[in-house]
Amino acid sequence: MSPAGDRARLEARVAGKSFQTASGQSAPVIADLSFALDEGETGALIGPSGCGKSTLMRILAGLDRNFEGTVHIPAQGRIGMAFQEPRLLPWRSLEDNVRLAAPEASEAEIAALFAALGLSEHRTHFPGELSVGLARRAALARAFAVRPTLLLLDEPFVSLDAPLARQMQRDLARLVESRRMITVLVTHDVDEAIALADRIFVLSARPARVIGEIRVASPRSGMNGEEGRAIAARIEALRGAG
Amino acid sequence: MTARLISLLALLALWQTAAHFGNPRLLPGPMAVFATMKSEAASGALFGALSATLARVAAAFLLAMAAGSAIGYAMGRNALVDRVADPWIIVLLNLPALVIIVLAYIWAGLNEAAAIGAVALNKLPIAVVTIREGVRALDAELDEMARVFGFSRLRRLSHVVVPQLAPFFAAATRAGLSLVWKIVLVVELMGRPNGVGFEINVAFQLFDVPLLLAYALPFTAIMLIIETLLVQPFERHVSRWRPRAA
Repeated sequence: MSPAGDRARLEARVAGKSFQTASGQSAPVIADLSFALDEGETGALIGPSGCGKSTLMRILAGLDRNFEGTVHIPAQGRIGMAFQEPRLLPWRSLEDNVRLAAPEASEAEIAALFAALGLSEHRTHFPGELSVGLARRAALARAFAVRPTLLLLDEPFVSLDAPLARQMQRDLARLVESRRMITVLVTHDVDEAIALADRIFVLSARPARVIGEIRVASPRSGMNGEEGRAIAARIEALRGAG
Repeated sequence: MTARLISLLALLALWQTAAHFGNPRLLPGPMAVFATMKSEAASGALFGALSATLARVAAAFLLAMAAGSAIGYAMGRNALVDRVADPWIIVLLNLPALVIIVLAYIWAGLNEAAAIGAVALNKLPIAVVTIREGVRALDAELDEMARVFGFSRLRRLSHVVVPQLAPFFAAATRAGLSLVWKIVLVVELMGRPNGVGFEINVAFQLFDVPLLLAYALPFTAIMLIIETLLVQPFERHVSRWRPRAA
């Protein structure tokens, strides 16, 4: 069971997860994937496309309970999640989308979040009127608005152009710094992992398992420093070996 | 809008011309029909028939939509319910309206419940099939989002499910209303002592075409007005969030 104490902790031990293929065979997606994060920490799970990262996220979010193993999420508080797709309600304005998910958030909090994510002008817009980048930002605002103890980010910047993705990473890094929560970021992008994480878990190709864990000494200092380059090199080496 | 108006006026002109050259007993002109309409309205008979028929339309329509939505929702959500109920729906879809009406009158008697029930039963399978289609098209990703963010059952229904089903409700309403009012006239003609359908039967017995048209036209006009002022604005309302270009 989850360890007693004041600090929230996430412990995931997924011993196995398979899908039934169309021909009735069982295809393993996750082999033996364990990791843990403490309150205030951001963990990046980095692995090739299709290695089972999104499946893992669905397990962490409680959407998929059909797996072998155990997942302990913080007992208190809520989950905030940004899916790969924005998944906003198209018939609701951006601020209504946030309010529906986080009825307890005050107007001031929502306004501050929209400002932090550069969405202030778009509060009353409908998702269909916005670019994918803005819709993603709104999805992030929704995830933060619930004041999560566990924040799950599933490739939140995939398919955005590089400058926009960097800008959003900076905005996100600031928000993550300002909250005491556990953040799990799933990505295939090394730069993104280095820009946001305290710990990086390198995953193998499907079926996914952890092939290496890297602690980032000065988190969110960016990719261009000495450490960033060293980490990138280690990830490459692990992947080559794995 | 103007094109529609001109087209409608052209129809009137064609009617007038045809009446002018034809047998006035078989095809009276617009003025003759209007005069009959006026005298029927003055006696109160026209409004009595119209309100009786509209009440039946409303009752049968609401009954069919409520039951059809519930059944369609259950069939769309649950594969077993769908497999069990689907053959029944197909039978009902293909059963002629007249057969259902006659059986309803034989089994339940010539009463209001049989009349409204028969009309609702005719409309039911179309509502079921349309709503089932809508439920099958529900976005699983939005459903997951609602689960992760802990939406209550009520919140999920009213903000996630119903908005997705609204266009299907609108389609079922539009198709249903025009079907229901036509069948209501038939049940009235066959077994009710009042209503537009009853009056049309009287006119048929008397070979009185002005009387027939004096009841049929105002009723058609009312249904047209309901369609334009209620159904179409509802459809626009439920799809207002869709980007215009798409």
